[in-house]
Amino acid sequence: MTRYLSIFLTFARACLVRDMTFRANFVLECVTSLGWMAMNLAFYLLVFTFTPEIGLGTGWTKEPFFAFVATGMIINSIVQALFMPSAEELTEMVRTGGLDGILVQPLDAQFLLSMHRVDFSAFANGLVGVGLLAWAIPRLPQPPHPVAILLYPLLIACGVAILYSLVIMLAAATIHLGRNQSLYDFWFYLTNFSRYPAEIYSGPWGGPLRALCTFVIPILLVVNVPARVIAQPLTEQGGMMVAGTVFAAGAALVISRWVFQAALSKYRSASS
Amino acid sequence: MTSAASHSPPSGFLARRLQGLRVWWTMLVICLEERLVYRGDFVLGTLMRFLPIVTQVFLWTAVFGATSTGSIAGYSRNDIVAYYLLTMVSRAFSSMPGLASGIARSIRDGSIKKYLVQPVDYVGYLLAARIAHKLVYYAVATLPFAGVFLFCREYFPPIPDWTTLGAFALSLVLSFLLGFFMEATLGMLGFWFLEVSSIVFAYMLVQYMLSGHMFPLDMLRGIPTGVAGVSVADVVRFLPFEYTAYFPAAVWLGKVQGAELVRSLLVEAAWVGVMIVACRIAWWRGTRRYSAFGG
Repeated sequence: MTRYLSIFLTFARACLVRDMTFRANFVLECVTSLGWMAMNLAFYLLVFTFTPEIGLGTGWTKEPFFAFVATGMIINSIVQALFMPSAEELTEMVRTGGLDGILVQPLDAQFLLSMHRVDFSAFANGLVGVGLLAWAIPRLPQPPHPVAILLYPLLIACGVAILYSLVIMLAAATIHLGRNQSLYDFWFYLTNFSRYPAEIYSGPWGGPLRALCTFVIPILLVVNVPARVIAQPLTEQGGMMVAGTVFAAGAALVISRWVFQAALSKYRSASS
Repeated sequence: MTSAASHSPPSGFLARRLQGLRVWWTMLVICLEERLVYRGDFVLGTLMRFLPIVTQVFLWTAVFGATSTGSIAGYSRNDIVAYYLLTMVSRAFSSMPGLASGIARSIRDGSIKKYLVQPVDYVGYLLAARIAHKLVYYAVATLPFAGVFLFCREYFPPIPDWTTLGAFALSLVLSFLLGFFMEATLGMLGFWFLEVSSIVFAYMLVQYMLSGHMFPLDMLRGIPTGVAGVSVADVVRFLPFEYTAYFPAAVWLGKVQGAELVRSLLVEAAWVGVMIVACRIAWWRGTRRYSAFGG
């Protein structure tokens, strides 16, 4: 474990040196990334000019909803910084045969393939998320319970674990498809479901969709549970959701590991 | 002698035109075949594009559920759903994934030089490739589109008259050309800046918001700019972006009619003309300052 941590830190250091070599590009990437966040925040502000809350009686009024958005920004920035750049490279490695070089290394292939590149500019969104959360929390109708503050980092980690598992499974699909240029799109579209409170998925179609995205692909647990814990009063049902999220994160990691290993066993080199 | 004669350039205007068409057709067929090689990735990518609209439908249903009003910026809940579905059709024509970054990459890695020494027009080649891409996309996406539209038919107003349908079709064709030439021009900035990914991303952001892809632009009517009597919507109307998503959807929904419809179509055509000229100038100026890299 210490060895892997040391190797990861070496990767991270190399990526930071690379980013700092092209400082202007790094700053530009941070700015464009923040631009995307600003655009989304502008959209939510526009929505709140038409409505006092997202869904009648859901409690997702402006400030709690912005705490929700901030939570999503923090989780997504961690995943985008630590895992997405490596997963995107995998898609090209499979097609060109570059994966061969990874598989002969005396290290775990999943670790190497999913964590060898770090995009430091993606942390900019996370920092904005922290700032937005700091703005929203004092304005919440009820201040967060001390237990909620303790649970929040754990649930953030669970959300990251669920998204990481999803990224790994989508990357594994590359091995079957031969090319998966749309990996980032897939991830974006799937995680799109987690960007809004689960309560919006109601009615004859929303109910089953909510169940699917909670129990089968637990994408709705990623942001909803930590955001609910910090932005809304703790309830007994909330406690069950916390336990369910911790379980879902563990199960997602195990299943994604199995899927990835199974996909690797099907890999046929594309190089000469 | 016979061989030399068969390879000599065709004489006469008609023969040269036919030769040009044959080259263009060959490029189209090659691009179609290239698209169909990785069809698994392509089909999956096409189907996934329907997912964001699902969240938008639920989001706006929740917004309407929490308000006492039945209309937001002139849109009922059904109008909003229909609008988002129609913008998907608009984007199916106007979006050009990978076009600008592909041009910039071929400038950077030097592969663009093969188009400089061959009797092939690079912009024409890109246009053929994009039409091929779109044809495969429509072949794959028509069925899911038809299914989704049939499923959501209750959200739509009655089918418009033939004139509106014609205007809608024309607006889509123009949106394809506008999207293509805007992105191609952007990619040709690679002649001046070797790395344009950040510029492309910034363009994508602006385009996403100001095209009406994110929300109906009519919602910006109430947002002041600071200048008396001028809303953000008024400013956005002066830009070409709305023609790549909002405008075709607004035509179908009857939000733009009569003289306003004709004027908007003319403005859209003018923007296409402006972008064609801009693209040609960028290519002409760019190739004159270009230095090839790579073997």
